[in-house]
Amino acid sequence: MPVFYGTEVSSRLMLGTAQYPSPQILADAFRRSGAGIATVSLRREGAGGGDGQAFWDFIQQLEIPVLPNTAGCHTVKEAVTTAHMAKELFGTAWIKLEVIGHADTLQPDPFALVEAARVLSSEGFKVFPYTTEDGILAGRLLDAGCEVLMPWGAPIGTGLGLTNIYGLRTLRAQFPDVPLVIDAGIGRPSHAALAMELGYDAVLLNTAVAKAGDPAAMAEAFASALTAGRLAYDADPMEPRNMAEPSTPVIGQAFLE
Amino acid sequence: MKISVNGEYQHVEAGSLHEVLTRLGYGDQAVATALNESFVPAARRADTPVSEGDRIEIVAPRQGG
Repeated sequence: MPVFYGTEVSSRLMLGTAQYPSPQILADAFRRSGAGIATVSLRREGAGGGDGQAFWDFIQQLEIPVLPNTAGCHTVKEAVTTAHMAKELFGTAWIKLEVIGHADTLQPDPFALVEAARVLSSEGFKVFPYTTEDGILAGRLLDAGCEVLMPWGAPIGTGLGLTNIYGLRTLRAQFPDVPLVIDAGIGRPSHAALAMELGYDAVLLNTAVAKAGDPAAMAEAFASALTAGRLAYDADPMEPRNMAEPSTPVIGQAFLE
Repeated sequence: MKISVNGEYQHVEAGSLHEVLTRLGYGDQAVATALNESFVPAARRADTPVSEGDRIEIVAPRQGG
């Protein structure tokens, strides 16, 4: 199983906690998926509400590590401040670092991302950067102190799957020893299986499970897909070829013409 | 004293960030705070002064992807 900053997780699935029809369905989805990490966030709290505490108590019952995010942050300062707040509230130095560069595409701002990663890593944070499949950017993030990279498959919430397979395959080949997680854009279990077949270590998804007609069943489907895809990767799949070649032996075929 | 709390201006009579939270009724809620866009750890709230026009953000755990 993947090892992130020295901690081995129990599954190749990292699952978000947003958009479920109910807390019970969220809990069922986590149980049936066997997810190894739950992602969480921070938002403004009203006085006397107690919603945050209730949610946090609920998530702790899942008994898996949490990965707080900096979702919605557009600047280095915003992301760094949010990371500090998350560390205090969730009691972890892990942070999924999102620095969004464009409000419509939700594409990461690569320049601010590297700077925020550098600042947070120097302060002892274990940064999980939401990035693109760009290999040069990946190198800069590693130089900044990151020990995990989380390239997108497609923009957040689109469910389009792996839109640049060549780029993702190249990134995998370029950094064979760095844990790589496909974060965002996965819509179906087949996308997750493909990520595994490409040799990725894990996938992080939310909407594909939470917005399914039956989130708990879809969560289990993703778990099965990840198992199948990883097994296939380890089994060394055949190389594709352009010409047909019979699988049944030609020698010994009866001559009946 | 007029200060901004989570983007809305309010009149609060308080000398410190800790007092602001108490006056507004946050009590022992699990929240993290920032004053003028800078993080203030829970242990520092009592000795962090608040002035007219300051901007305070108060956040708590939420669902996220």
